[in-house]
Order: sequence, then structure tokens, then C-alpha cells
Amino acid sequence: MASSNSLMDSLFQRSLEDLIKGLRLGESTFISRSLEEIRREIKLTDLSTKSVALQKLSYLAALHGVDMAWAAFHAVEVVSSSRFAHKRIGYHAIAQSFSDQTPVMLLITNQLRKDLNSSNEHEVSLALECLARIGTDDLARDLTSEVFTLLGSSKALVRKKAIGVVLRVFDKYPDAVKVCFKRLVENLESSDPQLLSAVVGVFCELTAKDPRSYLPLAPEFYKILVDSRNNWVLIKVLKIFAKLASIEPRLAKKVADPVCEHMRKQNVGKSLLFECIRTVFSSLSDQETALKLAVAKIREFLVDDDPNLKYLGLHALSIVAGKHLWAVLENKEAVVKAMSDEDPNVKLEALHLLMAMVNEDNVTEISRILMNYALKSDPLFCNEIIGSILVACSRDSYEIIVDFDWYVSLLGEMARVPHCQRGKEIEHQLIDIGTRVKDARLELVRVSRALLIDPALLGNQFLHPILSAAAWASGEYVEFSKSPYEIAEALLQPRTCLLPDSIRAIYIHSAFKVLVFSLGAYFSAQEPTSPPLAQESTSSGHSVVNGFTYNSISSLVNMIELGLCSLSGTIDVEVQERAKNVLGFIGMIKHEIAEKATSQNSETEAHRAIAFMEDVFSEELGPVSSTAQEKVPLPEGLELNENLEGLQEICREVLEPMAESDYSSDKVSFSVAKLRIRDQEEASSSLPPPLESSSLLAEHRKRHGLYYLSSQKSEDHNDREGNDNNTSNEYPPANEISVDSFKPKKKISKPRPVVVKLDEGDEPKRKPDASSSNDESLSRAIQTALMGKGKGKEKEKERVKENHEMNVDTENIEQSSRREKKNKKNGERSSKRSSRRQRGKEASVTKPVEVPDLLL
Amino acid sequence: SDISILSLQIRFILLQNRQGKTRLAKYYVPLEESEKHKVEYEVHRLVVNRDSKFTNFVEFRTHKVIYRRYAGLFFSLCVDITDNELAYLECIHLFVEILDHFFSNVCELDLVFNFHKVYLILDEFILAGELQETSKRAIIERMSELEKLE
Repeated sequence: MASSNSLMDSLFQRSLEDLIKGLRLGESTFISRSLEEIRREIKLTDLSTKSVALQKLSYLAALHGVDMAWAAFHAVEVVSSSRFAHKRIGYHAIAQSFSDQTPVMLLITNQLRKDLNSSNEHEVSLALECLARIGTDDLARDLTSEVFTLLGSSKALVRKKAIGVVLRVFDKYPDAVKVCFKRLVENLESSDPQLLSAVVGVFCELTAKDPRSYLPLAPEFYKILVDSRNNWVLIKVLKIFAKLASIEPRLAKKVADPVCEHMRKQNVGKSLLFECIRTVFSSLSDQETALKLAVAKIREFLVDDDPNLKYLGLHALSIVAGKHLWAVLENKEAVVKAMSDEDPNVKLEALHLLMAMVNEDNVTEISRILMNYALKSDPLFCNEIIGSILVACSRDSYEIIVDFDWYVSLLGEMARVPHCQRGKEIEHQLIDIGTRVKDARLELVRVSRALLIDPALLGNQFLHPILSAAAWASGEYVEFSKSPYEIAEALLQPRTCLLPDSIRAIYIHSAFKVLVFSLGAYFSAQEPTSPPLAQESTSSGHSVVNGFTYNSISSLVNMIELGLCSLSGTIDVEVQERAKNVLGFIGMIKHEIAEKATSQNSETEAHRAIAFMEDVFSEELGPVSSTAQEKVPLPEGLELNENLEGLQEICREVLEPMAESDYSSDKVSFSVAKLRIRDQEEASSSLPPPLESSSLLAEHRKRHGLYYLSSQKSEDHNDREGNDNNTSNEYPPANEISVDSFKPKKKISKPRPVVVKLDEGDEPKRKPDASSSNDESLSRAIQTALMGKGKGKEKEKERVKENHEMNVDTENIEQSSRREKKNKKNGERSSKRSSRRQRGKEASVTKPVEVPDLLL
Repeated sequence: SDISILSLQIRFILLQNRQGKTRLAKYYVPLEESEKHKVEYEVHRLVVNRDSKFTNFVEFRTHKVIYRRYAGLFFSLCVDITDNELAYLECIHLFVEILDHFFSNVCELDLVFNFHKVYLILDEFILAGELQETSKRAIIERMSELEKLE
């Protein structure tokens, strides 16, 4: 019965075409039915039936996500057929479905070997394609000699494919280099452009990973650069030189000329032209003629109607913007125009270029214009704009900011942009500026107050980090506030329940600081023996008098007590503890407030308590270096490297949320904020007490209602009525950035305030890229191969060097010092000591590579 | 991560129609089935909404996708950030020209019913993610040789 069944199956097997037709009529059940058929058919002995089944399966796997790993063995069977059609199907299936984990991988080694040795070039090429796709370490190792043979095959097609495979083989089995490298290099001299293209492609990849090892081949590449007429080849060679020239500057000089030649050609293909320009911008930018020519050529791209070219033009400019801003400035019209392009990619490039042109003089104007753009843009671009302003302004500790008052109010303005999602960065900068720039604290407090009293902002979760910073600043620098009562009221308003608990804790703590400050002012104001308080005027011209009366202080205390009472039972530990601490403190001193009016005794418990707390808050906090933690000496007996894996399980839920944000600046601000809360830190308390006032908040609410984006308000910077909303609803026309923005302006403004900078560790540390040690063995193999390979007179040099291989250091130091002398003659300045140090360092990793003399 | 192994090469090629159905998918880097689905979904979403006046290059994760629409089909190539966009655009065009030659005014159905042939052409064109043959004539000759063997 079984045999007749299989006969039936063979005779009436659905072909691939039938399968596809059936699929087009109705899918999911058809797939499962077909799969059943396939499973039956594939087990049959007849190879033709098997291969059709495999083919159908491959189709389903490729386009309908069906798993075909189970058919691996059958693929091996099919491949063993002598018919080319079967082999093709089998290899295709293998290439599509095999992976390092496939158990039957071992079975195909011999098959591959057989086919690689076949006289039929098509079978060879099938095998090569398959190997290229699935090659494992074992396969690479076992089949290296076959590949080596094929690299020298008389048939160009085969050789070309073998070259394509070589990369994978090298990657998986670095020792293959010793065997194959020579032939690979020989192919560099081929006149067949396709072959050349393949070889150059391989070197392009290899050079990208490890340029130094391929430096000795520079002369060959140079020849190709000059002679070849094939765009593909030239593009790849250019990429190679881009990498080589960046580590060997002398190459840059040599290569600049042929590159210019290509750029000047009449009908040069745009792709090649672009690659030339890109190479010049990235690696040859020190070569003046080349640079000037490239900038002239990129202009053609920028003004072209083709959006691809325009985009690429902008993109290329951004490569060179760092070192040669003049190139960007020359093309600023194009950049400005591109800001209003419809394509988001083009807009983004234009934005980045615009930010590159920002400097001290034009930052305010450009930021203003960009903020207007942001309001009109979709959320994504809006946040890009805000993000790039933040980055540009904060670079090098706010180097381009002269007027910090303006910048702080800009940060507050950003908070009011509806789509703003950059809360964390804004939070970080607000706090950072607070700690670094003393003179900006007044403005900071003003902006913070506006943010805090607005109940609408509490509902926007993206703004919570900003509110957190505002709260911290209001507490820390409360002495600058006009109405501490208002601040405290804002910090404890009912809507703060919308905040996450961690931020609420900050709010409570700031309220505490406000309380301490106010109490201190109240008590010291009553002292008859205390020295007359310094009268400090705020910049609005009001002079601050006396301070709190009994009424105002007790209403403050009562308000805080009331606000915190409800929190003393919250679930969150932090919030509860903070609330209870403050309530306890209040309880301790409350009775003395009334007494204060009568008694003059300055030694009461309350006095001491308040004085103590004031002292606690009095020390100024500065910025914390990112290396500070490392400098803390480890206490005795603390073992930091102990394996705490056991805790992982227990703490998983606690640890996970922290790990989510890998925004390092977030960690900085978080730690600063927490630092303040944990250690009960200080604020200066040497300032006069604030005005007695009724609740400005209630008045404000009555007057303005809830606002988010306000009605028309002037952009007058000196507006101090408590309305800080500077965004206007009038949408200026898109092309408002005028080219004039970039003309340098002479302004007489107030001097730039002092910005505290740290000697080191100002920027949060970035994790270094993990370098692959895998490539070490490959590059060492390449270097040995290159040392061993000989061509003409170079052979002698190499051999001499080989004999001295053991004494590499001294040998090369001698060589380099000889070369230094030669260079000195040519007027080049190079320090012997530093190069020796460098050679020494290199020698310890790999053997230093000599650049052939004809390129020097 | 998943698709960033060797630095400069084509990572995958996708042919998708406007509805997001994949007509051809060739991956030159190892990816799980589920990841492939995700990739195909994401790429389709990226390219299908772009205006024809926009550039033919988009950022995709840490790479770039170069794409072009021919009638109802999107041809997408995923390459490294530093690769030459214009060159790969030409590459896509070359591929389409060859397909056109083989199937005489190729349409989506041709590709559906001849998927193995399309793969065959692709394999002559690109090996291990590297462009290995840029001459249309050479590829056509080779394909006719292969036909004779079947």
C-alpha cells in the first residue's frame, strides 16, 4: 500500500505553480494542507518529487513565514542529486534555511567539496554561493584549500565568485588568510572590471574593519584609482582610500590629485562625483585644492531639483561642517531654503547644518525662529528642533550662551510647546545652569515659579521632569523668590497628585526649604540685636522690607501643615517620610511662633532648630564631576566585585525601571536631585525676607484661567507681571530665517556671567565602543601574509625585516628615526619622541606596518 | 544587534507591493523568522507613505534603506549608513531592467509565479551581500546558460 501511495503522490504532485495558484485563491488552510502534502512528498525516495516538494517549501518559507528547518536533511539529499535542477533547488533551500545551529551542517561539507571541485562551473558557482551565505567556522576551515584553488581558476566567473566568498571565509577562519591572501592580491591586477570590482569590494570591507593592515597595498589601489574607468570600482577604491588616508596623512596628499581629476571630468557620473566629494570631506579635508573643488561641486548638488541630490548635498556639508564651517556658510541660502522642504529627511539635514552655523551672536535670533518653526511642525520634527537647540546651546558648558537670563526663559518656553518630549534634557540643563551660573538664579527662580503655579502643566507627563527641576530650583534658591508663600502653595497644590512619587518627594522637600527659609527670616527679623538686614533690590526695582509678619508666617505654616497632612498616610515611603519629617518639624516650632511676638529669647528650642536647619541648607551645591565617584576611596572591607547574582532574582522589578533610561544625562540630573533630598543639603540664607503678599496664585487663576498656549502676549523680555508665556499665536511666514541672521552683529550687552566648569568630568561619560578582539587574529594573519608576500624590490625589504622580526621595537624605532630625519629635511615637523612612543604602543599590539617608500 | 555584522554590505533586499505583501525577500545576514517579519513590516511602513517627491533614502534602525517604486512594487535595499546611495539606486534600476528583459514588461504576477527564477537572477547579481556583476549583458548571457541546464 505504501508504495502505491507514493506512486500516487509522485504522479499527482502539485507543482510550484499549482501551489502558487492555490495560494492566491485562499490562504491559511491552503498553506496547512499544502504543508501536509509537502511533508509526505519530501520523504519519498524519488529525487524529482523530493525536490519539487522542497521548492514549494522554500517558497512558503520565504514568503509566508513557514518554518522549514525540519527539512534540512532532505535538502542535503536533494543537493546530492546529479541533476543540476535538483542541485539548484537544494542549494537554494540550504542557503535560505541553514544556520550555525542546523544539526545536519556536517553532512554538507563533503557535498560542497565535491561540487567545488567539479569541472562544471555552474555546479561550482552554486556551491560557492551557498558557502558564501551559510559558511560556518568548520566549513570555512575545511574548504579553504578548495577556495584557494578556485581563486586561481581559469574561468573568470568562478574566480569572481570565489573572491566573493573569501570574505566570509576569512571572517570565520582567519588562518585562511595565509593560504588565500596572495592570490587575492594578485587579482588586484586583473583587467576584467567585474573581477576587479569583486576584489576591490572585498578589500573595501576588510579595510573598513582594520585599515592599518592594508596600508602596504596602497600602491595597487592607487593604480586602480588612476586607471579604472568603471564607476563601481572607483567608488569602492575611494572608500578604501578614505579609510587609509585618515590613518596615514601622507597618503592624503598623494591621492588628492587623482580624486580631483575625477571630479573635473566632463560627464562624471553623479554617484562617483558624490563619492569623490564625500572622500574629500571626510579624509582629505586638509588638502586645499581638493577641498575647494569639492565645495564648488557640492553646490551643484544643493541647487539641483532632484531631491536625492539636494539631500546628499546637505548631508555632505554636514560631514565637513565641523572643520570647515566656511563651506556651510557659503551655502547658507540653500540650507535656509531646505528648512521649508516637505521631505522630513531634507528638513532634518538642514536643521543640523543650521545648528552648526550657530554662534554667540546669532543664537538668540536663530533660536527664536526655530522655536516658531517648532510650533508649526509635526511632533517629530518639533522635538528634533528642540533637541538640537538644547545640544547646541549646552555644548562645552554653554559656550555660546552670553545671556543666560534669555536662555533660562527659553528653556521655560520649551516646556510650553505642546509636543515637547525633551523633558529630561531640559530638566538636566535647568539644574545644571542653577549650579554653575550664579547670576542666572534669579531668572531661574522666576521661570520655575511660572511653571510651578500652572496647574495645567501637571497633567502632561512629558513635563514632569521639568517640573521636578523647577521645584528643586525654587527650593534651592528660594532667597531669590518674591513670594515664598506662593511657591509653597504651588508645591503643595492638590493637583500634584498627578506627579509620580519621586517627583512629589522633591516637591515636598523644596517646600521644606521654603519653610525653613521663611522661618529663619521671620525669627531673625524679630531680633532687636540682629544687625540691620541688607536691603537688596530685585531687578524689578522693589526693595524688600521687613519680612514676615506673624500673620503671614503662621498662615504659611498652617498652609504647609494642611497640605502635608493628607500625605502623611500615602503608600509611597519617600513621600510619607518627607511629609512626616516636615510635619514633625512644624510641630516642634509651631508654638513658638506665637510666643515670638512676646518673648525675645533667642535660645529657645525652636530657634536652635531653625538655625540648625538653615545651616544645613546653607552650603552651595556645585556641579558634580562625572569622575567623582571613581575618586572616592574604597572603605576598608568593602568588596565591590563580589558576585551578587543571587540578588538579581529578588531585585528584578526594582532594578528594571532604572535600567530603561540609558540617557546618561538623565542619570546625572537624577543623582543631583536625589543627592539634595538624601543629604538634606543647603541653600544660602543671607537674603532679606520676602514681601508679605496675598495668594498671587488665586489671583492669577482668576485672571487667566488655565493656560497652556496663551493668548497674545508680547515677547517683551522684561515683562514681570507673572505671565511668562512668550509664545505668540501669530505664525510668521516660513521663510523668516533671513540670510542676514548670520552676519556678525556688534551688540553692547551685559557681560557674560561666570560659568563654573570642572577640570575634568564635565560631560557625562560615554561608554566606549566595544571593539572586537575577533579581528585581532585576522589582522595579525594579514600582516604576516603581507610581510611574507613579495613583489620585486619590496621582497628584499620584507625578507630583511623578517629576519629581525623578533626585535621589532628597536628595529622600527631605528627605521622611524631615519625617516624622521628624511622628513625633517622636507620641512615636515614631527616629534621623534612621540612617534617612538606611538610605535612602541603599536608594536605591542600588532607589528607596525611600513608604508612603501614610493608613496612618501 | 541582529543585522549589524560585517560593515559594508547589502543586508537584505525586499520586494513588496503597496499592501505590504512581500514578493521577494533575500537576507544576507542571519535573522530569525520573527525578526524577518518585523523588518518587513517596518520597511514597508517606512517606504509606503513617502511622497514620490521625497528622497529615495531613509534611515532604518542603524542603517539605511534605499528604495524605489516601480508601478505597484517597492524595491528596497538595506545598506550601511556610509554606502553610496546613488550607486545603489542605479543597482536597483539595473535589477529592474534585467527583470524586465527576462519577463518582457515584468509585472508583479511574473515575479510571483517565477520566484525561483528571480532568485536565480538575484544570485548572479549579488553574492554574499556584495554586488558582483554590474553588466546587464553578462547576467543575461549567464541566465540563458543556466536555462539550458534545467
